[in-house]
Amino acid sequence: MAQGELLLDVQNLSTHFNTEEGIVRAVDRVSFQVYKGQTLGIVGESGCGKSVTAKSIMQIVPKPNGRIVEGKILYHREDGVVDIATLHYQSQEMRELRGNEISMIFQEPMTSLNPVYTIGDQIMEAIQLHQKLDKQAAREKTIEMLAKVGIPSPRERIDRYPHEFSGGMRQRVMIAMALSCSPKLLIADEPTTALDVTVEAQIINLMQDLQDEMGMSIIMITHDLGVIAGIADRVLVMYAGWVVEEGSTEEIFYSAKHPYTQALLQSVPRIGRTGRLNSIKGTVPDLINLPQGWCYFAPRCSHVMDICLENEPPMCALVNGRRVKCWLYQEGEASA
Amino acid sequence: MPLRALGSEQQLTSFVIRRLLYAIPMLILVSFVSFVIINLPPGDYLTTMRQQLESQAGLTREEAMLIAERMAARYGLDRPFMVQYFEWIKGIVTRGDFGYSFHYNRPVSEVLWQRLGWTLLIATTCHMVSVGIGVLVGIFSATHKYSLLDNVFTVLSFLGLSTPNFFLALLIMYYLAFHVKTHVGGLFSTEYVMAPWSWAKFGDFLKHFWVPVFVVGLAGTAQNMRVMRGKLLDVLNSQYVETARAKGLPERVVIFKHAVRNAIQPIIMYLGMSLPFLIQGEVIASIVLNLPPIGPAFHIALVNQDMYLAGSFLLMIAVVLIVGNLLADLLLAWMDPRVRYE
Ligand SMILES: Nc1ncnc2c1ncn2[C@@H]1O[C@H](COP(=O)(O)OP(=O)(O)OP(=O)(O)O)[C@@H](O)[C@H]1O
Ligand SMILES: [Mg+2]
Repeated sequence: MAQGELLLDVQNLSTHFNTEEGIVRAVDRVSFQVYKGQTLGIVGESGCGKSVTAKSIMQIVPKPNGRIVEGKILYHREDGVVDIATLHYQSQEMRELRGNEISMIFQEPMTSLNPVYTIGDQIMEAIQLHQKLDKQAAREKTIEMLAKVGIPSPRERIDRYPHEFSGGMRQRVMIAMALSCSPKLLIADEPTTALDVTVEAQIINLMQDLQDEMGMSIIMITHDLGVIAGIADRVLVMYAGWVVEEGSTEEIFYSAKHPYTQALLQSVPRIGRTGRLNSIKGTVPDLINLPQGWCYFAPRCSHVMDICLENEPPMCALVNGRRVKCWLYQEGEASA
Repeated sequence: MPLRALGSEQQLTSFVIRRLLYAIPMLILVSFVSFVIINLPPGDYLTTMRQQLESQAGLTREEAMLIAERMAARYGLDRPFMVQYFEWIKGIVTRGDFGYSFHYNRPVSEVLWQRLGWTLLIATTCHMVSVGIGVLVGIFSATHKYSLLDNVFTVLSFLGLSTPNFFLALLIMYYLAFHVKTHVGGLFSTEYVMAPWSWAKFGDFLKHFWVPVFVVGLAGTAQNMRVMRGKLLDVLNSQYVETARAKGLPERVVIFKHAVRNAIQPIIMYLGMSLPFLIQGEVIASIVLNLPPIGPAFHIALVNQDMYLAGSFLLMIAVVLIVGNLLADLLLAWMDPRVRYE
C-alpha cells in the first residue's frame, strides 16, 4: 500500500524507568512509522506506555529515572535523517527539533499552562525561541494563531492568564502554541480526555481542520477508540509496553485480529448496540519487574493457549503492512 | 514585564489599593492596643518619680507633688486617656515625635532610632541572606535530588533548624575569643566605638556584624532551603514544566523562569510572617553578644514604666510587621496573577 513520504521511523524502541521497586519496561521494543500529512492513532488502556512513547520521541522522558535503552527514532528532515534516540536531551539539535519541528499537547489542559504568565507570553516564548521574529511580529503571529484555533477576540484575550480560560479554551491555546512554529509532527497525548463530549468533538474537528490547512502529521494518543475512528489513517494498539497490533483504521475497526483489540472494540459504546457494555475482564499487569517470555495479555485473553504462557508471541507481519503480536496468527497470513 | 491588557493591570492596581486600605485600620488598631497595654500596669512613671524624689532627694511631699504635677502638665499626663492617645499619635504623624523618655531624659525618637536602626539592619540583612542562600541552595538541592551535595545540605539544614540560637551565639563567641583571639561582642572593637565612620571602621563593623546575622539568620536559611527544595520538587513534576520543556526551552530557562517563580511563593509568605521570629532571635542574640539593639532597651523601658518609650517600641515592631506583610503580599500579587482575585 502506498504510504507517501516517511516522516518518523521508530525502530525497536525501548524506554525503561529505574524505580525503587524495580525496573519498569514502559516501552518495550516498539516500532512504527508516521507518514507526512497522515495521522497515526495510538490506543491502549491506561499505563500501557502511550505517553512514554510520545515523550521518548520528544526526549522529555523524566530524568534521571527514565531512559531510552535501545532502538532508533529516525526523524526525516529536509536535510537528511537524524536519530533522536542518540541525541542528548539538552543538545542544541534536540532543542531545535523540540517545539519547533515536533510539538506536543497534553492530557491536562487545566495544568498545561504556567499559571503566572499570560497565554500570550507563553505562546510568544515558543515563537521567539524558534523563529527570528521581533517581539511585535511574534505578538501578531500569536494573535493570528489564537484566531486560528477559534479563541474569540484574540487581541484582548492574548494578555489574559490561564485561569481566565475554560478547559476547552486552554486546550485551544495549547494547540495554538504547539502549532505556532508550524511543526511537521504534532503529538497529541489524549488531548480531549479531560474535556466533556461536545468540547471533545470541537477540539478533534479543529485539529483536523488545522491538519488540512497546515499539512502536519499527527500522532493521536487516546484510550478511546471512538476518537481515533474519525481522525486516524492508521492505528497502533499498545498493551503493557508492547505494540500488539497495527493496521489501517478500517482494518482495525472492521477486522481486528488481536484478542485485545477485539475486546477493546467490544467496550466502546455504540449507538444502536443493545445489551451491556463489555469491559475487558482483569487489569493491565503491573510493569514493575514484569518477568519476560510470555504474553502479557494471556491472563485476560479468551483465546489463551498453552504456548501463550510459555513464550512471548512474535510480531507477525500480515499482508498490507498489518502486524499483530499474537500466537493465533502466522507470518504472511491474509489480513481479510 | 511584558505588555499586559488593561484588565490585568487594573486587577493589580485595584489589589494594591485594596491591600493598602486594609493596612490603615490595622495600623490604627495596633497603635491603640500598644497604648492601652502600656497603660495597663498600676501606677505610672510620675508616681515612681515622686516616691524617688521624696525618699532619695529628700524633698517634702508637697515639693515632690509640685514637680510631678508640672511634669504631668507638660507631657499631658493629667488629661483623659483618649486625649493622650490622640496627642501621641498626632505627634508621631505630624512631627515624628514619639513622646519623651523619662528614663533616658531624651525624646523617645532618639532612643528609638538608635536601637531600632540596628534591629532593622540585622533583621533585614538576615532576611536577605536567608532568602538568597536558602533559595539558591534549595534550587540546587531540588535539581540535584539525592546527589551527595543534596544530602550534605539536608543534614546541614536539620542542624541549622535544631540549634538554639543562644547556644550558637555562645559557640561562636567561644571560638572567636579562644581560637581566633579577636574582640567579641558588640558591633565595633573598642577603639572604633567612638570613632567617626571610615573604611577601617566599616571593615571592623563587618567583622562583628556577621556574627549576629549568622546567629539569627541560620534557622531562617535552613527553613528557606527546605521549603524551596520541597516546593520546587513539586513544581518540577507539574504539567506546565513539561510543557515548557516540550517547547524546546533550555533547562535553565525551564527551571528559573517557569518552575522557580511558581515555587517561591511560600518563601515570600514566610518572609512576611517571620519578622517577629527574627526580632525575637535578635533579642537573644543581642543579649548574649551585648549588642545595642532593641530587646534590652524595651525590657528596661517596661520595668521603669517609661510609657512612651515602651509604647513606641511596641508600635514600631507592629508597624514593621504590618508593613512587612504588606510588602510580601504585594510581591506575591505581582508574581502570581491568581492572588489578585482574592
Ligand atoms: N516517571 C516515571 N517513573 C516511573 N514509572 C513511570 C514514570 N512514568 C511512567 N511510568 C510507568 O510507565 C508505564 C507507562 O506509562 P504511560 O504514562 O506511558 O501510560 P499511558 O499509556 O500514557 O497511560 P494513560 O492513559 O494513563 O496516560 C506505567 O506503568 C507507568 O507506571
Ligand atoms: Mg498517558
